[in-house]
Formats: sequence, C-alpha cells, structure tokens
Amino acid sequence: MITRPSFSQEVANLLYAAEGSPLLVCMQCGTCSSTCPAAPFMDHSPRAIIAMIAADLKEEVLASNAFWYCASCYSCTVRCPRGINIADMMYGLKRYSLWRNQYPQGLIGPDFSRRFARMIVRTGKSFEPALAPAFIFHAGLRGLLGEMRTALALFLKGRLPLIPSRVKRAKNFRRMLSRIIPLARPA
Amino acid sequence: MKTYAYFPGCSLESMAASYHLSTIETARALGIELKELEDWNCCGATAYFHIDEILAHTLCARNLAMAEKEHLDLVAPCSGCYKNMYFTNAHLKKDADLAEHINLALSEDNLQFSGTIGVHHVIEVFVHGVGLEEIKRRVTHPLKGLRVAPYYGCQLMRPRKDHEDIEGPHFFEELLAAIGAVPVSYPPKLRCCGGSLIITHRKAALSMVRDLLQSAVQQEAEVIATICPLCQINLECYQSQVNREFGTELSLPVLYFTQLLGLALGIPAKRLGIGSELVSPELALASCC
Repeated sequence: MITRPSFSQEVANLLYAAEGSPLLVCMQCGTCSSTCPAAPFMDHSPRAIIAMIAADLKEEVLASNAFWYCASCYSCTVRCPRGINIADMMYGLKRYSLWRNQYPQGLIGPDFSRRFARMIVRTGKSFEPALAPAFIFHAGLRGLLGEMRTALALFLKGRLPLIPSRVKRAKNFRRMLSRIIPLARPA
Repeated sequence: MKTYAYFPGCSLESMAASYHLSTIETARALGIELKELEDWNCCGATAYFHIDEILAHTLCARNLAMAEKEHLDLVAPCSGCYKNMYFTNAHLKKDADLAEHINLALSEDNLQFSGTIGVHHVIEVFVHGVGLEEIKRRVTHPLKGLRVAPYYGCQLMRPRKDHEDIEGPHFFEELLAAIGAVPVSYPPKLRCCGGSLIITHRKAALSMVRDLLQSAVQQEAEVIATICPLCQINLECYQSQVNREFGTELSLPVLYFTQLLGLALGIPAKRLGIGSELVSPELALASCC
C-alpha cells in the first residue's frame, strides 16, 4: 500500500544536499540550543524543533518562528555530537515553509528572502540599499529613525551608492536560471 | 607573483568599498595579483538558500566556472561568499549527478564546472599563502601596541572546511602580532554578529552586536578587526542603534584586517579606505601609526 510520507520523512528529504546524520539520530542533548546565539529569541529551541519534527507535529513546527531566527552561524552544526547539520535543517524548514506559503504573521524573513531572490534573478547581484527600505517600517518608530540616521550617515560617507551594479551577460544569466526552474520566463 | 581569481562580492561594491580597496592594496604589497572575475554574480548570500538549493548552487557554480576558465584559484574577502562557493565547489566535486544538472544550466552562458580549482578566503591567502614570516619582513610601520580584538565571525570556520582547529583558531592573532599589534583575548571571537537578522529580527541582532562590542571593551581593545563585510557593517554601522536601543555608550572602531595590515605595510590610510567609518578610528590609530 502506498502511504504519504510523514512530516519527519518529508523534512529528512528536504536535506537533499546537506551533509550529516539524519534527524532521527538526535538524542535530545540540547547542545544545539545552548550554543545557539538566537535561541533566547525563538519560541521553540532548536532541540525542541527537532523533537517536534520527530513527533510529526507539522502544524506546530510551521507555526514556529524558530527557524526564521536562525542566522546560519553553524555553531549547532559543528557541535552536534550526533553529527546532524542543524543549520541546514533550518534552511530546509525555511524552504518548506515558503513553498507552502505558511508561516507566522508579522515575520519579515519570508518576504525578505523572496525579495532578495527576485533581485538576484533580475540583476545577478544583491543591492541592499534597495532592499532595506521595504522593511524599516517594521522596526518601530525608534528603529525607523535609527535606520534613517544610519542610512544618511552611510550616504554622507559615500558608502551608499545609488545605482545598483548588474551582471553584464544578463541574457545568458537568466537563461541559465530558467534551465534550473523551467517555468521561469527567460529574458 | 602568484595570481588568483578575485571575487569581491556585492557588499564590496557598496557599503564595504573600503574592504575592496584595502584588499587590493595589501595583496599588491604582498606580491599577490588579484584578477577580478570579469562578470561575477551574487553568491546567493543566505537568502537564496531559503528559496532553492540547486539554484543557489548554480549561482556559485557560475563564478567557479569562470575562475576555472582562467585556471586560477578563487579568492573571496567576504566570509559568506567564501563559505557558499567553498561548499558548492565541494558538493559538485563529489556529486556528479548534481554537477551534470548544473552544467546543463551553465552551458547557457558557455561555462562548465569541472572541479579544477580551490576556493580561499583572503586571510588564508595572506596567512598561509604569503606566510607570517614574509609579512613580518615586509612590515615598515608596525602598529606599536595597538590593542585589537580579532573577530573571526562564523562563516570562515563553520561549517567545518579544511581547517584543523575550528573551536580555537589563532592564526588571526598571529597575523596581528606579526604586524606589531597586540591581539587581545576575545572570548566571543567565533560568535555570530547576527548576519541578516539585522533586517529581519532587528532587536535580536542588536543584542548580539551589543554583546560582541561589550566583550571587546572589557578586554580593553581599541579596535575590532573583522574579515567579513557583514560583520563590519553590523558591528560598526549599527553601533549607534545599539546605544539607543540599550542605553549603552559604545564607541569602538571596527576595521577590516586588511586596513590594519595595509597601515603596517606603509600604505597611506586613504588608499585603504580609512576615513569612511561611522565610528572614527582616528584616536585609536593616532597612538600607533
């Protein structure tokens, strides 16, 4: 009989190119959580997320902000005594959540990732001065003022160019990308 | 003169232009030619891996293939770019199926990945390629007693590449000592600067930056030396926001290691892009240079 893969099996499959042991060898020691600089800000620690995946708590995992707080510093990955690539798992969860368009309200991460990717597909390079303005309004009034002051100071020091750089062979570049995702429209 | 294919990365074209200048200048002074890849593209940073893994590898592979065409090893000054291209190179060398898939795409730009080159970070090229003895020999203006916090950040050492000791590296300290500076003991030298969380989770990132700065102050560092544009931007450009957010009064200059190295090699500050900081290093540098 053919059965649907469980959520934990799906997540295992997400780690296609990742090196390291499968999630199921996790022994819940919590080294990942204790070494993670962003764990204090997450609603569930990395250790808890792995336990939740193993328990197939799909909706709870997708409702968590934990993987969006991962800055991919790989402290967990290099210290996991079972050799699990936890940071790559966090990447996998971000992809899964974007693919399903399912994530907690109010997060900037999903929108930022999409805009960033679109920019690279369009121009071949990232140009943060054009990306940041879409997000500074999320930072509250103090954050907004802070960001504006920083941007002005950078501009005055000549560190904020106004014109983004682009790849030269733009046509080839986009044809190349459309080979990977065949439905993407070539230029 | 040893020649490398040079991949500046997107940040070095805008907010981190001084890293670009100082990398080129110091490399030249150390007898290394950096030949910029003629039509490089973004390495995908972290965000692209949120969207699609194979596409992210394709972006890196295009740069690798261009360097292969020149028969040159690739050098990146940004730790993020270095990490991405290092691992795409490693994955594609091991996974012939993935390489075939990506080569199909690369052929649209008349490129092929064949796995013939290596990928290095600029600091590795200086420390291991040129060597500390040679650097020491070329120092004309030692940074007499300047107390520097060596900040490695994440992506150079992690995930594990071919470095032996990823928990307690000391080559950065040795480099600083070779140019006459005093490397301070800096416990969080491998901790994360927050990376792109500075945009997506501002408060979390600011608190990570605050901890890094405070630790350097505790060690009486006069300047933090970085090897990555994102670390530099988070630690320096967001310092005023840290102060406003947490009521701290931090004012610690953050320079690229290439700028300090360049000064020690006798290159004028202006040619190293010194002077475009938001936290001026003038006072710290006045006593030593």
